[in-house]
Amino acid sequence: MTTTHAEYRLSQLDELEAESIYIIREVAAESERPVLLFSGGKDSLVMLHLAVKAFAPARMPFPVMHVDTGHNFPEVLEFRDRRVGELGVELIVASVPDAIERGLVKEEPNGSRNRIQTPVLLEAVEKGQFTAAFGGARRDEERARAKERVFSFRDDFGQWDPKNQRPELWSLYNARIHPGEHMRVFPLSNWTELDIWDYIAREDIELPSIYFAHEREVVDRKGMLFNVNEFFAAKEGETIFVERVRYRTVGDATLTAAVRSDADTMQKVLDEIAATRITERGATRGDDKVTEAAMEDRKREGYF
Amino acid sequence: MDLLRFATAGSVDDGKSTLIGRLLYDTKTIFEDQLEHVEMASKRAGDEYTNLALLTDGLRSEREQGITIDVAYRYFATPKRKFIIADTPGHIQYTRNMVTGASTADLAIVLVDARKGLVEQSHRHAFITSLLRVPHLVLAINKMDLVDYSQEVYEQIHSDFTTFATKLDIPDLTVIPISALNGDNIVTRSENMTWYSGATLLHHLEHVYVASDRNMVDVRFPVQYVIRPQSNEVRDYRGYAGTVAGGIMRVGDEVMALPSGFTSTITAIEGPGGSVEEAHPPMAVTVRLADEIDLSRGGMLCRPNNKPAVAQDIDVMVCWMHDEPLRRGRKLAIKHTTNSARAMVKDMQYRLDVNSLHRDLDATELGLNDIGRISLRTTQPLMADEYRRNRQTGGMILVDEATNFTVGAAMIVDTD
Repeated sequence: MTTTHAEYRLSQLDELEAESIYIIREVAAESERPVLLFSGGKDSLVMLHLAVKAFAPARMPFPVMHVDTGHNFPEVLEFRDRRVGELGVELIVASVPDAIERGLVKEEPNGSRNRIQTPVLLEAVEKGQFTAAFGGARRDEERARAKERVFSFRDDFGQWDPKNQRPELWSLYNARIHPGEHMRVFPLSNWTELDIWDYIAREDIELPSIYFAHEREVVDRKGMLFNVNEFFAAKEGETIFVERVRYRTVGDATLTAAVRSDADTMQKVLDEIAATRITERGATRGDDKVTEAAMEDRKREGYF
Repeated sequence: MDLLRFATAGSVDDGKSTLIGRLLYDTKTIFEDQLEHVEMASKRAGDEYTNLALLTDGLRSEREQGITIDVAYRYFATPKRKFIIADTPGHIQYTRNMVTGASTADLAIVLVDARKGLVEQSHRHAFITSLLRVPHLVLAINKMDLVDYSQEVYEQIHSDFTTFATKLDIPDLTVIPISALNGDNIVTRSENMTWYSGATLLHHLEHVYVASDRNMVDVRFPVQYVIRPQSNEVRDYRGYAGTVAGGIMRVGDEVMALPSGFTSTITAIEGPGGSVEEAHPPMAVTVRLADEIDLSRGGMLCRPNNKPAVAQDIDVMVCWMHDEPLRRGRKLAIKHTTNSARAMVKDMQYRLDVNSLHRDLDATELGLNDIGRISLRTTQPLMADEYRRNRQTGGMILVDEATNFTVGAAMIVDTD
């Protein structure tokens, strides 16, 4: 804890940490059945770290859920299982391939499973009778997210109505819902990408190896570097080459692009993030390029 | 590096979005892909210059209507501070939005158009800043380029505002002449206004002294969650988790638990990074006591010689946020600190005209965006301070019991 003793001010990271812990505890106290959505990405790892701190020395009083598109980076899956095992918390896997097999959702023509994750997530929330789901989204990520509440109400169809959100005053969060409805809660709302990395460095939070520079077979598609793997094949005319890259975000392996990088240590990643001129979604997410309001549309449907 | 939260308010076309765009742009917070996007959108709309205001319109309906609907949060940092902007739109639901943005703000920027001077909305924005007790107010006189950077215009608006502000409680006022469009006095000093000797807006935001704004005197610790591990390693552990809402708590201090009134001694304070000797707002900690006493969520720790009121009859200033008016006899759910209860409106004392500050004692209801004073009777005692003493223990939200919508923001003015 770094405080200036003469002034009793918290550093910005300490203040953000305190705010997030407060939010997480508030959900545990007010919501009957919370669940923490966990992708294995850096934001969800920070959220998990904060949830562990919020209840120490007791265990965090809710399970974690992974909505598994089936298009995973093997390093991330392995990491997920190890981390969850260490913490001794319950892991719920909501599987998109399984949902395709059951006919709940249909594979999209372009092979992207981004949009069809939403019904799978909503079904898992309903089945588990979860009343609150923690998400790692940040308001600095995207324009529609900048309008999101910390406690974001979802109706019994799981939908977000951006024009009819509950006003959020002071730190008094209104968690009241009717049966069938739920809350999405975003404890990292006020963190920026740089805050996340600063905190990961300060707290020495372990990350999946793909966040650091490594060599990988990629193709260049519309200026984005995509890894060629079992889910992502090169198109005709595309050249596969080996490049030194790292990932700025971790998501569906068919949608998440890598960036050229030599940053193989935490400090080098921090330096690179501080100097970067492109947002992480702009640099790495094929899914937000579709339309001007791609994220808003997905969020209305009940996306993360 | 510390954190400053500020709210921005202005009426339609005062250039608020441009100002925010300018702050983000000049502090190099805008990323290339965002700028590219805005340049494209500007071109499509036929704008002559890159419309920085487009950076802040988040939702499709906002872009379609060319207006901002809801509070949006923006982030930027300089080597001195990190900033969180609550960007509160001027037209639709303006009072509700500004109250929301101001509730967490350390500072508010109220924009006025130099050509128009103070308008009804400016009074409203200044009043809400004072009602919500935002400690620092900046009056930014924008569009100075359109009045030939005239010092007389600046002086006139400055003096008009000071006259109005004497009726309000504004502890710290700063008036800055700017042009958000051209960047005058935003990040760099304006060469067009050499008569202005004060700080630029960004310099002020970076240096405004906020350390003394929180209440560091009256110990208030609303218990949020009781931690009792069910494990053999830490048997008999009982910790009270919460966020310090006021004062400085130290290990060894004698504390009183409310509402029970039992006293005990703090044996340990655990912060997110381990044990600490003292805790102050807004730290999230776990407090352990020497004795097992009756204390759970909704209860509060304080010092035996410095207690909040424990009251069920409470007078509040309320900002009503719903279409269906508030009337005497209405029952509501309330949330205050970590406490939830129900309340009934016993009396409607007056509705306030926020432009003239006239009190309408004959008012029988508060409509959407109205502000007034009411008396509440709660179903259980609240551990409450006057809002002017502590924003954390003096604020509450009012919730409709049928729809669960947050319908009002209330600030405690009296607890007798």
